[in-house]
Amino acid sequence: MEYFLQQLINGITLGSIYGLIAIGYTMVYGIIGMINFAHGDIFMVGAFISLIVFLAIIALGITWIPLTLLLVLVIAMALTSMWGWTVERLAYRPLRESFRLAPLITAIGMSIVLQNFVQIAQGARVKPLEPIITGGYALMERDGFVVNLSNIQILIVTTTVVLMTIFSLIISKTSLGRAQRACEQDRTMAALLGVNVDRTISLTFVMGAALASVAGLMYLLYYGVIDFYIGFIAGIKAFTAAVLGGIGSLPGAMLGGLIIGLIETFWSAYFSVEYKDVAAFSILAIVLIFMPSGLLGRPEVEKV
Amino acid sequence: MGATWDADPILDVEHLTMRFGGLTAVDDLSFVAGRNEITALIGPNGAGKTTVFNCITGFYKPSEGRLSVRHGRGDAKEGADRLARLTMSGRRHRGRGEDAVFLLERMPENEVTAKARVARTFQNIRLFAGMTVLENLLTAQHNSLMRASGFTVGGILGLPSYYRAQAQAIEFSRQWLERIDLVDRADDAAGELPYGDQRRLEIARAMCTKPVLLCLDEPAAGLNPRESAQLNTLLRSIRDDGASILLIEHDMAVVMGISDHIVVLDYGQKISDGTPEAVREDPAVIAAYLGIADDDNAVAQGATR
Repeated sequence: MEYFLQQLINGITLGSIYGLIAIGYTMVYGIIGMINFAHGDIFMVGAFISLIVFLAIIALGITWIPLTLLLVLVIAMALTSMWGWTVERLAYRPLRESFRLAPLITAIGMSIVLQNFVQIAQGARVKPLEPIITGGYALMERDGFVVNLSNIQILIVTTTVVLMTIFSLIISKTSLGRAQRACEQDRTMAALLGVNVDRTISLTFVMGAALASVAGLMYLLYYGVIDFYIGFIAGIKAFTAAVLGGIGSLPGAMLGGLIIGLIETFWSAYFSVEYKDVAAFSILAIVLIFMPSGLLGRPEVEKV
Repeated sequence: MGATWDADPILDVEHLTMRFGGLTAVDDLSFVAGRNEITALIGPNGAGKTTVFNCITGFYKPSEGRLSVRHGRGDAKEGADRLARLTMSGRRHRGRGEDAVFLLERMPENEVTAKARVARTFQNIRLFAGMTVLENLLTAQHNSLMRASGFTVGGILGLPSYYRAQAQAIEFSRQWLERIDLVDRADDAAGELPYGDQRRLEIARAMCTKPVLLCLDEPAAGLNPRESAQLNTLLRSIRDDGASILLIEHDMAVVMGISDHIVVLDYGQKISDGTPEAVREDPAVIAAYLGIADDDNAVAQGATR
């Protein structure tokens, strides 16, 4: 029981990180029907930017941790957003009217470019960050096994919940969100109603990148080490989460992230660590056989 | 000729030509749409009517020709000078408020609506089916809301200016919902409305962009006689409120009943232009619609000249 509870806490933490990345995939897919394969690498860039900003702030002599975290969060979100915007502007917008596979190929290209750029600029070795947030609460103890809820886990889950609430409100209540949903349904008509479609799409990428950078920061704080390759596997996992939840659906991405995180954690805990990815992808395959549009996705109706 | 539309045009189409590869869909077409009038664009299937619409609303870039919109009445000669200067300048528009002139062929779709204030609907219904009726109308007021919300930042922070703008936009939408009698369906998904209501909602949505010129592509298609009559009333009231309307329509009862001015196309060329009475009597129009053989057509035309 205690062991189960501990794994549940760990799984929710990991799932939060996946969920934050998955939102970027699902929003971009929703609005332009494209899989942004560079999104995982935007997450990685976000983690690196967070690390650099951390070191810079510490070098400046700011040591009060809540302030440091807030500054890193805001600066990393702003800078990573610019990366997301630039990638869209350079690699996807010129190909918007091209055939469907073209932006997919440039997305894979952008992914490689970002990985290699960071590898060259920052080096290939792992970058450590000493633990900044320590401590936690012992929830229960039995037979020498302690269930721990660490502060970093509380921080990750809280931040995720707050950000997802804010972004859901943006999508459902603001004019920008309405424009995004309008572009999703009929881009031409949205343009004819005066919506600047290009800008709306850019802002979607910016929002996705901002959330990915938060995921990057959380990853950095949680694991303490990053390298230029973390975006690949995390990106694939988050993409799986988005598909599992129903790509194009925002709550689906959050749910999918959570499920993938839990499956991975529980599988590692009860069966074998080596096969945790196999387990996650197997569940994806099984769900897609029975629910082709994912858990919360809308089935696509063929227009005749 | 001294027709009202020549005296004060809102839209001036000059030598519009649109080629698709070897096919010329619209061939050297010139006509004007008068301010505060309902102008109908009619013609047999494939005459190029929708192509003209697509050129006007920025969907196609015309192969040749000039499409200008003037917001204000102004002096005709001075207006012509301003238009000539604008054409030479390579810019898209000039002047503000009443003086503003726009060259539609240079503008992307969203600017045609947002700046030149020309709105359109399509032959098929293109509501955002998954959004509510009210959201459809609010999306049409996107630009003023974006500005008021400081591009969403203010909206997130909950600035009072955003709430004020939001309340205004909802009030404006409510007035339109009252006019089309859909207030009690405001929070239903637009795709769930009956067909006739969807048609009127599309027109209301186009009007929520606050256009000076409303372009309607077969608004009466698929409507029953009662709905068709409601549509006529709606279009007249829109005109009487000061907007100008350009419509494509096959339903002759609608066209003859509400138009102030009719332009007839056939094979991409203008074959007739005038009041409903004049067009109805025009032998070229009768020939095009009834499909008289070319010889007879020539005879028919010869007989009247």
